[in-house]
Amino acid sequence: MTETVISAKDVTRTFMISAGAFRGKKPLHAVNGVSLDVERGEVLALVGESGCGKTTFAKMLLGLLPPTEGTIEFGGTPVAGVERLKLAKMVQPIFQDPYSSLNPRKSIGSIITLPLKVQGDPNPETWRRRAEEMMELVGLPSRLFENFPNQLSGGQRQRVAIARALINRPEVVICDEPTSALDVSVQSQILNLLQDLRKELNLTYIVISHNLAVVEHIATRVAVMYLGRIVEQKDTESLFASPEHPYTKALLESVLTPDPSLDVPDTHLGAAYPNPVDPPSGCTFHPRCARIMDHCSAIAPKTIQSGSGFVQCHLYDENEGRGRAAS
Amino acid sequence: MGERILEVENLTVDIPVGGGMLHAVQGISFHVDKGETLCIVGESGCGKSLTSLAVMDLLPKKAIRGADKLSLSGEDMRGLSERRMSDIRGNTMGMIFQEPMTSLNPAYTIGNQMEEALKRHRKVSTQEARDRAIYLLEKVGITAAASRLNQYPHQLSGGLRQRVMIAMTLMCGPNLIIADEPTTALDVTIQAQILLLLAELQREFEMGLILITHDLGVVARIADRVAVMYAGQIVEQGTADEVFNRPTHPYTQGLLDCIPIPGKTDRGKPLGSIPGIVPSLVGPFHACHFAERCTYAMPDCTKGDIDMRPALEGGHEYRCLLDPETCQKNAERKGVA
Repeated sequence: MTETVISAKDVTRTFMISAGAFRGKKPLHAVNGVSLDVERGEVLALVGESGCGKTTFAKMLLGLLPPTEGTIEFGGTPVAGVERLKLAKMVQPIFQDPYSSLNPRKSIGSIITLPLKVQGDPNPETWRRRAEEMMELVGLPSRLFENFPNQLSGGQRQRVAIARALINRPEVVICDEPTSALDVSVQSQILNLLQDLRKELNLTYIVISHNLAVVEHIATRVAVMYLGRIVEQKDTESLFASPEHPYTKALLESVLTPDPSLDVPDTHLGAAYPNPVDPPSGCTFHPRCARIMDHCSAIAPKTIQSGSGFVQCHLYDENEGRGRAAS
Repeated sequence: MGERILEVENLTVDIPVGGGMLHAVQGISFHVDKGETLCIVGESGCGKSLTSLAVMDLLPKKAIRGADKLSLSGEDMRGLSERRMSDIRGNTMGMIFQEPMTSLNPAYTIGNQMEEALKRHRKVSTQEARDRAIYLLEKVGITAAASRLNQYPHQLSGGLRQRVMIAMTLMCGPNLIIADEPTTALDVTIQAQILLLLAELQREFEMGLILITHDLGVVARIADRVAVMYAGQIVEQGTADEVFNRPTHPYTQGLLDCIPIPGKTDRGKPLGSIPGIVPSLVGPFHACHFAERCTYAMPDCTKGDIDMRPALEGGHEYRCLLDPETCQKNAERKGVA
């Protein structure tokens, strides 16, 4: 039994970028026609290089940015019509850097109880008890209640950020690079904690990460983004077992497993990431693609169903691409 | 193995802090041969970056450096004048930092900065320096090198900036390069390219390379030898094959157990973890530094300093009271050997 919690339809977000003095402005499509359904209880990972639009997309899901086009629905109601406060009760973020996402002048206790205050929770006398319960749940000793963020280690701070996100029992948690600022041994603790909390509180996660080893470990479904589009989306198992899009393949190749018998892989990605203000024609990936064909630079690939998900690539579009190229 | 380029014995770095003396680096010994890559791996605060700064003599002013031996290509670097050190830095010894945006000067063009690196150390004309810069930019895979020389750092992407940094380090043809987290700020795809480039250049110019990182994946792929640091000490040292396939120190085993490996760790199952936190290094500390967090800790572990001892083979050594056979069994039980 699956239930769609978040449904994004053809979401586009365009920023106007100054092209230089007296040259006016040019559009930058940070997110370009993304459609995505998130089921209750799943862990959806968004992966891709920096600048591919992962964070912009997450900001739209959080209601921090309105989409330029398209709609985002939460349990059937469009986000645009939902009040800020109500939305904050349903979706909460956890950010990358616990050193900058916590107010250094507030005690741990007031950081964790702030969402209750903001939501106008009717029982202020229970706040402290609930915050301490939450601290226990995320593995923080309750004696830290009166402490300040600078007295805590990186892992502890990230636990505070998690406690703050969960105190209002949201349905969806958006984790933007939750462990990339942390040390290896702390990273594994936070990943284990996130897994436990998901089971315990029946949460849905959207995880944004560039660490594919982490994604492989915690995600149930993966969406690969490139220049504002989702180029491949599948359940984790089949994506890692048989990646289809050449970009996904290159990404997977660049995962460095600690195996001393292997060398540094050559991903053949060659040219640097294209300028998003002036994206390449046709398939936006074609200048870096190892399996480029004639029509790739002319025609944008369609979305092709494949197994549990889809892929956007001419390689898997036998008649369409060539047919149109010939005509 | 070729000639020895860098030899460090019993290097210490002490920093006076409010509550006493912070012993950030406590007696580290290592060496780098010609054409060899040594990776120093460890978590934040273990002293790996201070070690590299100590070798370059770039420590903060109040930090105190001590060493029994610190020689670069046979020259003793202890007590050298600041002037002589400046002659060495950037000349026979180059450095690549983590964040290329902050280590390049935003107010000067790429060409300016690269030419300066050569002109500081050699008597060359601007034209010769320019030619060398173009040659090296092409070497590090930058297209249209000549036109890039007139660009400013902010006009380049992160990956390109790091390539420029590498090219700049090569201007004087150094014997030794120290790279401190050179790929941490970059995307995974770019990281692979930069590492590949470093490995190729090192082979071609036969340099010694010290790579400092916290990423075990990077270490395994690029290192000839590995030194694992924990709380100011090297706790395990050996070839990449020895350290990754037969990890001996409980900390190394714990680290390898912490990282998810596609196809090896069970998806969704809890990962291994190392409980507790790094001990404070302020004041005297005569015990195993890892004892508090170690699952195999014994009463003897906290009774005095622990020395390095040989593991089962070759130059592989580690700092633990447990004998190598027991460590090997522990590693197998954890599934990291």
